[in-house]
Amino acid sequence: VLSSAEFPILFAARSSSMHEQSIVEALLNLALDSAQKANARKIASINLVVGDYTGVVEDAVNFYFAFLSKDTIAAGARINYTHVGGKLRCRACDILFPLQKRDYRCPQCEGNRVEIVGGRELYIENMEVE
Amino acid sequence: MSAKTLTVKKSILDANAERAAINRELLAAHGAVMINIMSSPGSGKTTLLLQTIHRLRDRYSLAVIEGDVASSIDADRIAGQNIPAIQINTSGGCHLDAQMVKNALDALDLDHLDLVFVENIGNLICTANFDLGADKTVVLLSVPEGDDKPYKYPLIFTEADVVLVNKIDVLPYFDFDLDRFPEAITGLNPSAKVLPVCAKTGGGLDRWCSWIEETVAAARVAT
Repeated sequence: VLSSAEFPILFAARSSSMHEQSIVEALLNLALDSAQKANARKIASINLVVGDYTGVVEDAVNFYFAFLSKDTIAAGARINYTHVGGKLRCRACDILFPLQKRDYRCPQCEGNRVEIVGGRELYIENMEVE
Repeated sequence: MSAKTLTVKKSILDANAERAAINRELLAAHGAVMINIMSSPGSGKTTLLLQTIHRLRDRYSLAVIEGDVASSIDADRIAGQNIPAIQINTSGGCHLDAQMVKNALDALDLDHLDLVFVENIGNLICTANFDLGADKTVVLLSVPEGDDKPYKYPLIFTEADVVLVNKIDVLPYFDFDLDRFPEAITGLNPSAKVLPVCAKTGGGLDRWCSWIEETVAAARVAT
């Protein structure tokens, strides 16, 4: 039996982290990149669109954002959230409806052939920059 | 300087998606197939992998990328089978991303591999957001978790090519409706296959391994 010393262990994160840390790293990178391309000197606020299915929690995003953005032009930026609920489309009737608690059934035809059309969003709509 | 509104309209997951595309190209260039296995903690991913390795090791050259929050227990079990295993410790992070998998792929001898399994972090929410560049995505759900998971965590089930229902040996003790369950998956994801298995005893694994063989054969035709 090989011991763990005999295969590589890759340490992915620099410090303790959770879901929101890698999400926030990606958010910050996109914000800084977009600001730099527009020659902005400061990011005052970020309007973020978050789908319910992404499992992203506001408080945790704010916490990591404040921490990770400290020495960047996004330091002190406020994040405004627009939440998008889970939304389904019936493949038969083409109508849109919210996810029911324990069922996907279309309220019109009662069929369950559906497609998720809302709830997986995770994008920056726009930013206030200086 | 005056304030202005800068339109971005870009997903914060785009950077990950770009890296996932790089992984996909890398695997295709080496003729290796990668299968991403996602589930809750304790649903039986490692047991499934050990059984799968046992059945396929004579036919294919295999490797496993093990995602874990901290320990190397799972990678130790895989490496105990003399299969190349790369451990990714996320130090608390609840999912793997494409860059972590790229680092692991770089540590493997892809020229001599047919099949790479990724055992993702045990989590049904976060893992679904991150494309790793795998050829196929498998979601493993065990009977004790309940048959309502597709309603609670729909996103991950829309990503799946195969949904394995594990621990079917304990069906008599749980209110898991195995007859109606496939409908909950295929309603949401018409092309998904639902395969009941018992990883511990090997029940149902023939169909699972046949699907893997078909997947590898299809990838070879395509390249």
